[in-house]
Parts: sequence; structure tokens; C-alpha cells
Amino acid sequence: MEVLLPALVRGLGIGSTYALLAVSIVVIYRATEVVNFAQPALMILGAYFTSLFVTSIGLPFPVGVVAAMVAMAAVGALTERVAMRPLVGQPVFAAAMVTVGVLIVLTAVANRLIGPDILTVGDPWGLERLEFGTIAIFQVDVAKIVLSLGAIGAVGLLLKRSRIGLAMRATSLDQETALAQGVDVGRMFSLAWAMSAALAALAGMLIGTGAGGVEATTALVALKALPVIILGGIDSIQGAVVAGLVIGVAESLARAYQPEYAPWLGANFDIIVPYLVLIVSLMVRPYGLFGTPEVQRV
Amino acid sequence: MTATPRALRRGRPELYSDYAADQAIWNTPAKRWSTLAVLLVAASLPWFLGRDLLGLGALVAVYAISGIGLNLVSGYAGQISLGHAIFMGIGAYTAAVLGGSPSGSIRGFELDLLVWLPLAGLVPAAVGWLFAPLAARVRGLYLAILTLGLLFVGEHVFKEATWMTGGSGLGRKPAEPTVLGFSLYEERVVLGTELSAIGVFYLFCLLLLVVMAVLARNVARTRQGRAFSAVRDRDIAAEVMGVPLLRTKRLAFTLSSFYAGIGGALLTIVLGFTTPERWNLLLSIDFLAVVLIGGAATITGPIIGAGFVVLMPRFIETFAGSLPEWFVSTAIGGTGLLNVFQLQRLLFGAMIILFLVVEPRGLFGVWIRVRNYFKAWPFSY
Repeated sequence: MEVLLPALVRGLGIGSTYALLAVSIVVIYRATEVVNFAQPALMILGAYFTSLFVTSIGLPFPVGVVAAMVAMAAVGALTERVAMRPLVGQPVFAAAMVTVGVLIVLTAVANRLIGPDILTVGDPWGLERLEFGTIAIFQVDVAKIVLSLGAIGAVGLLLKRSRIGLAMRATSLDQETALAQGVDVGRMFSLAWAMSAALAALAGMLIGTGAGGVEATTALVALKALPVIILGGIDSIQGAVVAGLVIGVAESLARAYQPEYAPWLGANFDIIVPYLVLIVSLMVRPYGLFGTPEVQRV
Repeated sequence: MTATPRALRRGRPELYSDYAADQAIWNTPAKRWSTLAVLLVAASLPWFLGRDLLGLGALVAVYAISGIGLNLVSGYAGQISLGHAIFMGIGAYTAAVLGGSPSGSIRGFELDLLVWLPLAGLVPAAVGWLFAPLAARVRGLYLAILTLGLLFVGEHVFKEATWMTGGSGLGRKPAEPTVLGFSLYEERVVLGTELSAIGVFYLFCLLLLVVMAVLARNVARTRQGRAFSAVRDRDIAAEVMGVPLLRTKRLAFTLSSFYAGIGGALLTIVLGFTTPERWNLLLSIDFLAVVLIGGAATITGPIIGAGFVVLMPRFIETFAGSLPEWFVSTAIGGTGLLNVFQLQRLLFGAMIILFLVVEPRGLFGVWIRVRNYFKAWPFSY
């Protein structure tokens, strides 16, 4: 129990961060049918802005986080307007490759801003622990779970209940019909990118909490959101949450038990667990647990 | 006795009266002559250029070989692969284990190039052949994500197999390019001039590039090549018309991995050293850029693209000094807005975006536009 429970909580903590990143990709996919490979760069820039506002400028932590999310929302909307909008109506493959270009550009920008430093986001949790008898769990894991699921819930509610959410869902169903009904489709695309970038910023802050801090190379962690969206179903927010938690826990359990029980798998095996889940999931159920099967027309 | 008019003897270059002429690789005299001229210039470079530029030249040839491979699977057959770097790595390590020298716990058998070079292609090809049925189950972006998974799993295996790769962060030396006791990486006197070691190896890479490019071009214009394009354009329709999907995709992956393996083996020799971290996502993206910037579904395209991707950073490095100091600082710890590396990456990413948005056919498409303009000159259509 002393190993299992903390591993589970840590897994749920990191898993909820993956879920948050996955939802940020799903939001863009539902609006534009583009898988956004630039998410790692958006995440790392979000962590940078949080660190800038909280650690360097000295804003209170919650205010700094919100400010970073707003700043990243602007970056996201700008990226969509400059790089993605010219490709509306083109094959989705071309658009996905453009996001790879965006990834390279924004990573270079993040490299310039962060340099060789290790950033701290100035979070109030640090290495504080909650003790339950002999079992100790990190506060930061609880914070990750609460904040991620809260943010995902807010996005879900926004999409389901608000007028804007209705317009966004209409856009994702059929762009031309939505246009005919008076929805400003272009604005919905911008909005999706802004929302997605803000969520990525929040996830970047959560990745940067605790002991580690954030380096420019931490960005690659965000690629683990891709296994999550595949397992959960590429267009499902609910699926992203379930799959994020599953993959986070699987990774955490592998980290806790693999060195002892299966050392022949090598050091740092837990890093590739999400990708193994990804490969198996694509073989067994290509459209994921909650995704819509793709309709193929000749 | 009237002499045949000259125009009639030469034939009419744009008039094809049989399929063979239409499908020929060099179907116009202009193409024949320009190819020959480019080849002659490329082959004469070792007599004119310095060692560092010849190193870049060899790198261009190697990138072109791998790029042509990726273009077969992604450009012609439409199967987007982010896992190209892993197949290159498998080729590189096959070559290094068979042709390299052992040191400590690292294996090496010091075999001849005639043994390791074919195997550096065949082993990745076999892995590609085994991987293809998995890849054939998914389409489009799902395949891109699947190959991304393969990339991370492969990198982990490379890091763990220290007897093969030397281990994470340590690395190993590549294979020795020796044919029957004759080293291809050694100063030699050719045509009265002493060529540098890299100059000799550059000529070898160039020769391989020509052979493999012609081979790929020939594959592309056969029945199999047309099957590739059919699968790319509409896979279900292709299947309905009798193109076996699995077999076609399998052939594309196998061929592409063969090219990747050869490219990977040569790449380690040009660079002189390799760590398991080299075969990562960034290298795969480099090759996607070679294909996209050069021109998808062409053979000339990846060769131009390889030149662009390899030479652009060097070009920026050379001319960064003449840019204002507040914008780009060339010294370490300079105060400029960017350093040279950041400028290189920024422009690299921007080029990918720009080509996809403005000219999806890549640099080859730019050339087609220029050519058509002059062909139709003085008319604008």
C-alpha cells in the first residue's frame, strides 16, 4: 500500500495533466479537423509566461496563471490567423504539416525566451505532503487533478450550454451549414485555437510545479497527449479524460514497479509506456474508446 | 537527293507516338542535356571545393537518398511516416556493427562494404516489411501518430542496446567504408590532383545517389508506382479497381526503409560519430521538410530539398555576420535579439509553413512555373 497508493495518486495527477493537453488538442480537432502537433510549443510558452508573471514580475500566483492563459490565448489566435487560416479547405494533411512548422517556429521562440535556464512557476504547493498515517501523497498531485478536471469541466460546460459553444459545435459538424446559419466560422476557428492555447498554458504551469521546474526540452512531454487522444477517441472530451487518467496511472505504475519486477525492459521504461498503449490501441480499436468511427466514402 | 531537314531528323521533342517515349525518364533532349550537365558539375566539385564544403556536399547526397525513400512512401503512396529516422537508425547500426571496429562492450565485425552496405538497406527493409501490416490498418493522421509511437519505442530500444549503439549520450564510431581493402575515405590522387578523404567519399555518395534516384524513378513509372499513386489519391477506389492495398503499402514501406537504411549508414560515416539520440523526431521532421520543400511525388524534388535543408543553415551562418548586431549575435553570449541557431530554426519552420501555404508542389513546383513561363514566352499562358 505504501507504494501502490502514492503511485496511483501521482499517476492520476500526471494523467489529469495529459487529459488537459489532450482536451486542448481535441478542441482544435473538433473545430477544424486538424491534429495540432504544435501543442508542445504552446505548452512550454505557457509555462514561460506563468514563470514570467509570477516569479519575475511578482503577481500573485492565481492572477499570474490567468494572465499567462490570456497571453497564450492571444498567441493561439494569432497563430491560427497567420498560419492556419490560408489552409481552410485544403487537405487536412497539409494543415497538420503546417502545425509541425508552427511547432518548430514556436519552439525556437521558446528557446530564445527560456535559454538554458530552468524556470520555476512559483506555485504554492512545492513539495508539501498530505499525511494519512503511513501513506503520504504530494499536494501538487491533488492540485493537478482538481485544476485539470475543473478546467476540462468548464470547457465541456461552455461547449454544451453557451451560445458560443452551440456555434462551435455547429462548426465542427458542418462548416458550410454553420456559415449559412449565420455562424462566423472563421471566428470559431480563432476561438478554438485561443481556448486550446489557454488550456495548454494551464497544463504547462502544472507540468512545471513540484520539484522539477521547466526547461526548454520539457516540451516533448506534451507529445504524450497524442496517445491519450488516440486511446480516448480523437473527437471526444470524455474519452480524453478517461484515457488521460488511464495512461497517467499506467505510466506511474510502470515507474513504481518495473525496475523491481522487469528490469530487463531497461531504464526509464515508463517514458514509452504511453506510446506502447498508443500502438496497441491503434491495432485493436483505431477510433478509440469513445471516438466516432470514421465513415469512408469512395 | 535532298537532305532530310534537321528538325525531322531530331524528331519533334513534344510529340509522342508511343507510350514508351511518353514514359521515358528523359523524355526531352533538354532534360537529357541538363541532367548530364548537372552530373558533370556535381562530379567535378571535389577538384574545386574545400573539405568542409565537400562534407556538406556528401551530406546533401545522403539526405537526398533518404529523402527519396521517404518520398516513395509519403509522396507517392501517401502514407505519412514520422518514423523515418528509426529506419535510418536501424540501417546505421546494422552497418556500424557489421563494418565497424569493436571497442569495449561495443560489437563490431570489421566486414567489407560489399557486405554491410546491402545489409544496411535490407535489414531496415525487413523491419519495414514486418511493420507494414500494422501501418496498413490505419490511415492518414492516425498513421502519422502511430509512426510517432514507433519513433519513441525505437529510441528506447537504441538506448538500451548498448552493445550496438554504445548507449545513451556515449555513442559509437561508424562502419569503415572499405571495398576489398580499398578505402573510400582516404586521400587519393585522382586525375593528377590529390583529393581529400571526404572528397573521395563524396564521389561515392554521389554515385550511390545517382543509382538510387534512377532506381526510384523507374519504380515510380512502373505498374507498382502507379498503384502507389492510386492508393494515395483514394485508397478505397484503388482497392475496388483491383489494387491490393496491403501489398502496395507493404512494398512502399519496404522500399522506403531500404533507402532510409542506406542513407542512415552513410550519414553516420559523414558525421563520423553517432549517439542513439540522433534518430529522433527532429531528424524525421528534417526529412519531411526535404520532401515538402523539395516537392512531393517527384525524384528531383527531394534532391533539391536536401540541398536546401542542408545548405540553408550554413548559408545563414555565413551571412549572419553581415546582419545588424542587435538582430543576430554571432558571438557566444552576444546581446542580439537572436543567435544564429535560433535564426536557423525560425527560418526552417517558416519555410515549411510558407511552402505548404504558397507553393504545395515545393521548389520543384517553383521550377515548373519558371520553366512554363519561358516555354510559353512571350505569351503569358
